[in-house]
Amino acid sequence: MTALLEVRNLVKTFGTGEAETRVLRGLDLTLQVGDLAALLGPSGSGKSTLLTILGTLMQPTSGSHTMLNVDLAAANDAALTTFRNLHIGFVFQFHNLLPDFTALENVVFPTAVREGRETPAARARGHDLLVRMGLADRVDFPSTNLSGGQKQRVAVARALMNRPELVLADEPTGNLDRASALQVMELIGEINRDEGTTFLISTHDEKIAAFCRRQIVVGDGVVTG
Amino acid sequence: MLYALKIATRYLTASKAQTALLVLGVATGVFIFIFMSALIGGLAEYILSNTVGDIEHVSIQAEDADPALLIPSDGVLYALQKSTLRAATLRNTENFWPLIAALPGVKAVSPQVNGSGFVTRGAQALQISIQGVEPGLESAIINLDGYLVEGTARLAAGSVMLGRTLADDLDLRLGQTVRMTSTTGIATVLTLTGIYYIGSGGPDRATAYVSLGTARTLFAIPQGVNRIEIKLDDINTADAMALRIAGLTGLDAKSWTEQGAQLVDALTAQARVGYVLKTFALITIVIGVASALLLSTYRRRPEIGIMRAMGAGRWFVVVVFVMQGALIGLLGGLFGAGTGYIALLAFPSLDELKPGGMPIDIRQGAYGMAILLTVCGAVLASILPARGAARMDPVAAIGK
Repeated sequence: MTALLEVRNLVKTFGTGEAETRVLRGLDLTLQVGDLAALLGPSGSGKSTLLTILGTLMQPTSGSHTMLNVDLAAANDAALTTFRNLHIGFVFQFHNLLPDFTALENVVFPTAVREGRETPAARARGHDLLVRMGLADRVDFPSTNLSGGQKQRVAVARALMNRPELVLADEPTGNLDRASALQVMELIGEINRDEGTTFLISTHDEKIAAFCRRQIVVGDGVVTG
Repeated sequence: MLYALKIATRYLTASKAQTALLVLGVATGVFIFIFMSALIGGLAEYILSNTVGDIEHVSIQAEDADPALLIPSDGVLYALQKSTLRAATLRNTENFWPLIAALPGVKAVSPQVNGSGFVTRGAQALQISIQGVEPGLESAIINLDGYLVEGTARLAAGSVMLGRTLADDLDLRLGQTVRMTSTTGIATVLTLTGIYYIGSGGPDRATAYVSLGTARTLFAIPQGVNRIEIKLDDINTADAMALRIAGLTGLDAKSWTEQGAQLVDALTAQARVGYVLKTFALITIVIGVASALLLSTYRRRPEIGIMRAMGAGRWFVVVVFVMQGALIGLLGGLFGAGTGYIALLAFPSLDELKPGGMPIDIRQGAYGMAILLTVCGAVLASILPARGAARMDPVAAIGK
């Protein structure tokens, strides 16, 4: 196995002085290429903060953070933005699609924002991803006209658009009914299996966690299991 | 940039009513800007054409020489007194007339012999200003053809043209004669061949136009003239043209602005008022666009966060919102300029303006300038909210 991502002694504090809150307390974690891992833990354990740091949306207070042998803890905002665009995909609990765009436009966004326009190649890949998500007949639908499950599948397709090595999913099924949740998880499992994309999925749901080959438990700011 | 433009356009079209209101607000500001430009410009044009339009823009006046000192052999100094009986003369200037007329920007050159005198008819004697002009150049400076109410504006030897008030005061009709005496004491009898009405007291009541030859006889100037009046295509070039003519001829050419300083000051003040009003219109546009985009960035906080999470850089976010500002400015500018132009079409031109009317010059609407300034203003107005949007913490913006 090859390490995709590694964090060592990761610390994250919010506030200063008496109001200082230490959310991550020297957390160590390694993700291997092709991992399908569930991130478990009670509310307030630091799961979301960890995902945010791993997604380069936030810098740790201290500790090391490397991915693909790049030291991300020392990178500036522009470098992190480019890295995030190329190597990391996100799936949020509330899908977070751009409401004034169609399903296809949402999917191609990560590529278009990098290339400065929606190229035919990007649109073709976006279309293929939507077909794979079972949304062939919803390609040009405004995202607001899609059901919750459909929106989340569009979000998964968007996360995969730039063929990232890592997809971070924060409660991706938390807002879906059981059938839609299973459908989304099956898709994630299929992509992980077929393309070797690494997934780290934060969840409270034991059944969702059971889909993953690895379970990482976070408690009180450190990995406990 | 192309993709940022697409997103900016999509954001604007997504909230059609809000965008339409915003564009309408900007267009109203542009409309006011254009209306003020046309009104201030038209007013200045109107005032100029009704004052300076009928006077010379550059003049060369013969000046009395200082009295000569005569030093006879007995050691007593004698000074020759100034006398109105001897009119000062511009000698040997004939060669300069075509030279001046050929200068670019010169509309007409009118050599004249002018002075004062009296007209007498029966028991009436009235003091007048005598203007001797070259036949054929009667309307070169003041548009006598345009002001003519009776007879002809062509002056021949022995003919005179008077203002209607003066003719009425003398109870004089076309074809009747009047005796004219100049300050040199020379008198002649002239036939009234034309009556004009300018609508200005002085010229209508106390000015008589005669041919250059008649004036030479009256003022005993057998050769030369005592004044050269020059009309220009652009009145605003008078100062520069006066300097150029002085340099070219060595004569003391003077711009109308030297004697019309108060009018120049008034027009400058009026132009400043126009600038202030137009600046307020622009400030209104800038505030309107800035506040609308601030609201937009607040409303779209989660989307900005998503875009940042998907790999959109801060610069991309700035460009999206600045482009929205530019598009609003462009649309509002075009709409405001278009409606402004159409609205101004309803006003009569300055040539057709009736007394009491609004002197609006549709050509001075400054349409291109209004659109350009609006786009620039809208872009400037959008920079602050755009920078604010770009600085948003994507995690906080997404809400998770």
